[in-house]
Amino acid sequence: MTDLTRTSLVLRGGRLLDPGQGLDRPGDLLIEAGRIAAIGAAGTLSGEEVFQASGLVVCPGFIDLHCHLREPGFEEKETIATGTAAAAAGGFTTLCCMPNTEPPIDRAAVVEYVLKMARIEGMVRVLPIGCITLGRKGEQLTEMADLAQAGAVAFSDDGSPVASARLMRSALEYSSMLGVPVIDHCQDPSLSQGAVVHEGWVSTALGLKGEPAAAEEVMVERDLALAELTGGWVHIAHVSTAGSVERIRRAKARGVRVTAEVTPHHLTLTHEWVAGRASLPGVEAWNGWSLFPYDTSTKVNPPLRTVEDTRALLEGLRDGTIDAIATDHAPHDTPSKLCEYDDAAFGISGLETALGLLLTLVHSGQMDLGLLVQKLTAGPARLLGTRNEEQGTGRGQGQGSGFRVQGSGEGQGSRFRSQGSPEDRGTALDSRPSTLDSRLSTLAPGAPADIAIFDPEQTWVVDPFRMASKGKNTPLAGLTLRGRVVATIYGGSMVYRCG
Amino acid sequence: MREKELMNQADMRRGLTRIAHEIVERNQGVQDLAIIGMRTRGVPLAHRLAQLLESLEGLPVPVGSLDVTLYRDDLSLRGLRPKLQRTHIPIDIKGKRVILVDDVLYTGRTTRAALDALVDLGRPRCVQLAVLVDRGHRELPIRPDYVVKNVPTSVQEEVQVRLQEVDGVDQVVLMGRGEDG
Amino acid sequence: MANRISVADLAAPSETFRPHVLDLDDFSRREVELVFEATDAMKEVLGREIKKVPALRGKTLVNLFYEASTRTRVSFELAAKNLSADVVNIATSTSSVAKGESLLDTIRTLQALGADMIVMRHPQAGAPYLVARHVKSCVLNAGDGWHAHPSQALLDLYTMRERLGNLDGIKVVIVGDILHSRVAHSNIWGLSTVGARVVLCAPPTLLPFGFGREDFPLPAVEVDHNLDRAIQGADVVMALRIQKERHTEGLLPDLREYVRLYQIDGTRLARARPHALLMHPGPVNEGIELASDVTTCAQSVIQDQVTNGVAVRMALLYLLAGGGGEEA
Repeated sequence: MTDLTRTSLVLRGGRLLDPGQGLDRPGDLLIEAGRIAAIGAAGTLSGEEVFQASGLVVCPGFIDLHCHLREPGFEEKETIATGTAAAAAGGFTTLCCMPNTEPPIDRAAVVEYVLKMARIEGMVRVLPIGCITLGRKGEQLTEMADLAQAGAVAFSDDGSPVASARLMRSALEYSSMLGVPVIDHCQDPSLSQGAVVHEGWVSTALGLKGEPAAAEEVMVERDLALAELTGGWVHIAHVSTAGSVERIRRAKARGVRVTAEVTPHHLTLTHEWVAGRASLPGVEAWNGWSLFPYDTSTKVNPPLRTVEDTRALLEGLRDGTIDAIATDHAPHDTPSKLCEYDDAAFGISGLETALGLLLTLVHSGQMDLGLLVQKLTAGPARLLGTRNEEQGTGRGQGQGSGFRVQGSGEGQGSRFRSQGSPEDRGTALDSRPSTLDSRLSTLAPGAPADIAIFDPEQTWVVDPFRMASKGKNTPLAGLTLRGRVVATIYGGSMVYRCG
Repeated sequence: MREKELMNQADMRRGLTRIAHEIVERNQGVQDLAIIGMRTRGVPLAHRLAQLLESLEGLPVPVGSLDVTLYRDDLSLRGLRPKLQRTHIPIDIKGKRVILVDDVLYTGRTTRAALDALVDLGRPRCVQLAVLVDRGHRELPIRPDYVVKNVPTSVQEEVQVRLQEVDGVDQVVLMGRGEDG
Repeated sequence: MANRISVADLAAPSETFRPHVLDLDDFSRREVELVFEATDAMKEVLGREIKKVPALRGKTLVNLFYEASTRTRVSFELAAKNLSADVVNIATSTSSVAKGESLLDTIRTLQALGADMIVMRHPQAGAPYLVARHVKSCVLNAGDGWHAHPSQALLDLYTMRERLGNLDGIKVVIVGDILHSRVAHSNIWGLSTVGARVVLCAPPTLLPFGFGREDFPLPAVEVDHNLDRAIQGADVVMALRIQKERHTEGLLPDLREYVRLYQIDGTRLARARPHALLMHPGPVNEGIELASDVTTCAQSVIQDQVTNGVAVRMALLYLLAGGGGEEA
C-alpha cells in the first residue's frame, strides 16, 4: 500500500461525484498529507504521483453503518483485519461494527479493544457500536455513557430485537441525552420463531417455515410509537418490507426522530432466489449461471422478500424515508453454511459485492447513480453527526432531515448530534470520540482523504475464494457483475488497488 | 442408408407356414404347446404362428407375450431407459413345450434374458426358439430351432422387420451404410 | 421447484429419466405416465410366484432414514430387493449421526462405500437437495420435512388411476393438517399435473400460506373450511394424519373440536360420490381423522395404497438406476 501521507497524489480526469455537496463533474483531485488539498478542472492539478482516473468515478469513501466483523470471539468467520480488507475492496473507508461478538461490546473495555485492533490491523476506519443491554440479553441497560465516551457511535443488540417495549423505552430515553441513536433489529420473536424465509409462496412450495412481513412491521410500529413518546432517536436496521417503509414515512412526516437503512440485497434479491429462481434486472451475462434450490447463501435475517418490497424500498430511498444503504455484512465459516437450510447460519458476506450489486439498479434504470452514492456517503455521514450537508434544508417534512428538534430554533435541521432532547436538556457528552473527524466522507478541501474510485462498466465474475473476507457466503458466487471498485484511499493511503 | 428388401408379404406368409409345419412335425402335434412372443414384434408373429398351428391341427394353442427388459444384462446407470412393457402369459407354463418367438436373432442376449424370465415364471418342459430372421454374429451359445430366413450381415448393417400389426406393412429390409448394400 | 436438472425430451421407446427424484412439482404429465407404465410392469412381477427380477443386480441401495418409519422404509427395501439390488438400512439413532456427524459427512462416506442409490427421509426440507448436489449417487426423497414425498403421491395417483381410470377433472378433497404434510404438498402438485380438481379442507391455521389466493403462482386449488360442503360430490377423499401435538402449538384449540369439524365418518363419506375412494397415507389415528367404521369400509383403498407403494417404488428405482444400453 502506498503511503501517501508524505507525498502528494493527484487523481486525474475522473468523474468527481459527491452528492453531499452537489458535486458532479469531471475534474482532478489533489491529496496531500492525508487530506484532500484541492479540486480543480480536469488536467489542471499536479502532484508527485498521478492516478489516471478517466472513465472512472471518484467519490467519497463509502460508509457502512452496519456490518459484522466477528472479532473478538468468532475469528474463524472474520477478523478486523480481514473484514476491513474486504471493506477496502468494496470501496468502504468507514465501518460501524455490530456488537454481537464474544464477549459482546457491552462494556468500554471491549470498545477499546476493537478500536485498538482496528488501529493496529485495520485497513479502514472502524467505529464500534455498543450493546443496548448487557450480553444482549434484553434485561439490563449497558453503561451507555461510558460506552459512548470510549467511542461507541450507536447502540444496538443487533442479531436480536429488543423484545421488551419497556426496555426499549428506557433505552431510547437514556440514550437521548447522549445524542446517539438506538438501532433496533425489528423482528417480533414469537412471529418469527423458527422461521428461515419470508412467508410467501416460496415458503409454501419449499416447505420451509416463513415469517410474515408483519413480524418486522409490528416492531417497527412499536419503536416508532416509543420514539414519539420519548423523543429519543431510533434507527431502524435493515428495513425489508413495504409496510415498514410506509410506517417510517408517516412517522417522519409527523416529526418522529427516526432514521433507517436498507441492505443491497434487500433492494435487489427476492425470496424466489431461495427456490433457485434467481433473476436480477441489470445483469446481462448469466453465462449459464444458476442457483440450486435451498442454497443456504440465500438465508439471511431479515429474509429476502418480494419484488414489491424491493420496489417500495427503492422508493423509500428516493423520497428520503430511508437515509442510508448499509451492507449488514455477515460473514460465516463454511461449515456454518454447508448444511441443511434450517440449520444454516443467517447472513450474506456483502462488503465486496455491494457496489456491483447496487449498480444493477443503476444499469437497469431503476436508480440514479448520484442517489446511490449519496446513500453510501452523505446519507450515513449525516447520521454519524458530521456536517457535510447544507444546513437548514427540509426541516420537518420532506427530503431527508427526518425530524425536528423541538425548541431548538432554526438552523439546527440536519445535525442529529445537536444539543439534543426536545426539552433541550443538553448532552452529557461534550466531545466527540477522537476517531471521528468532523468531516467524514466528503470531497471537500481539508477533509480526510477517504476516497473510492470505481469503474461503473468493468465486468467481473464474483469469486468468493478470491475475496478478502473470510466469509465466502454470497448467493452471487459465479455471477458476472458490471461495475467494480478500482482503488480505495483511506486517510491518504491507498488501501486497495485492483488491476 | 440404403434399404434392400429381403422378404415381402408373400415370402413371410410362406415362411411362417413352413415353420408351423416344422413345429407340428417336431412336437408330434400341438398338445402342450405354448407360443410366447418376445416384445415387441415377436408378439404379433407369435399370434400368427398360433393361428397357423390351430388351423393345421384344429386345436387352440395358447399365446403369451414376454417383456425381457428387466432381465437384460446391459442395464447400466443413467443410460437410456428402455420402455417397460407388459408380460402377459395367461397359462401356467409348468410342463409345457414353450416356443419362444422373436423377429430377429442377432447376438443371442435377448434370448438368454427370455430364458431367465421363463425360468422365473415356471418350469417348462422344454423351450424351443423360432425366429423370422437369423442374421448371425452370436455372442452366446444360442441356436434357433426354427428359422424362416438366414441373412448373412455385417455388423454395420441392420435388419428391420416390419409387421402389419405394428408398422402397417409386412416386409423385411436390410439397412446398410454407403453404396454397397 | 425445478431440480435445475433438465429432463431430455421424452419419446418412446427409450426415454431418459431425471437423475434424482426430489419432489413432484416439476414432473411433466409424460413423466408421470412413464412412472405409471413402469409400475404396471412391476405390478405384474409382484403377481408372480417369484417376485424377483434381476434388473438392479449388483446395485446397492442405502435407506438413510433420519426419522423413524416402518412402512416407507420396508416398502423401499422390498422394492429394491425385488429388483435384486442389495439394501443397507441406516437408522440414525444407532449410527454415527447420533454422535454428531453431519449430513454431508454421512453421505460422502456412503458414497465412498459404494452406494449407488440413496433413499433418504429427513426432518428438514431441502436436505435431499443438499445431498444431490454433493454426491454422484441417485437420490430419492422419501420425505423431507414439510416439503415433499414424491413416491407417496405417485402411489396415491396410481391407486386413483387403478380404480377411477382417467383422472382428468376428478374432484379430490384433501382433509387435515395440510400445512405440515409433505404428502399433501406432493399430491397437490401431482394432481394438478394430471388435471384433477383439488379442494383443500382444513382450518385456516393448518393451511400453508397462499393456497386459494388469486395471485399465488402455484397450482390452482380450492379452499373450503367446511368439510360437509367440500366433500359433496368428491371422487376421492384423502385424509391426513393429525399430530396430537398441534394444539399445543396454538394452531388448534384442541382435538375435540378438530374431530367434530373434520373427522371423516360414514355420514360425511356418504355425501361423496358412491364410488368415491377413501385414502390415507398411514398410519391412521383411528377415532381422530377417520372414524373407526370407515377405516375398513368398502371405499377404503388404504391397503391398496400400501401394495401399490412397493410397485411404484420399484418403478422409480428402475427408472432412476436401471437404464439400458444397446439393443441385444
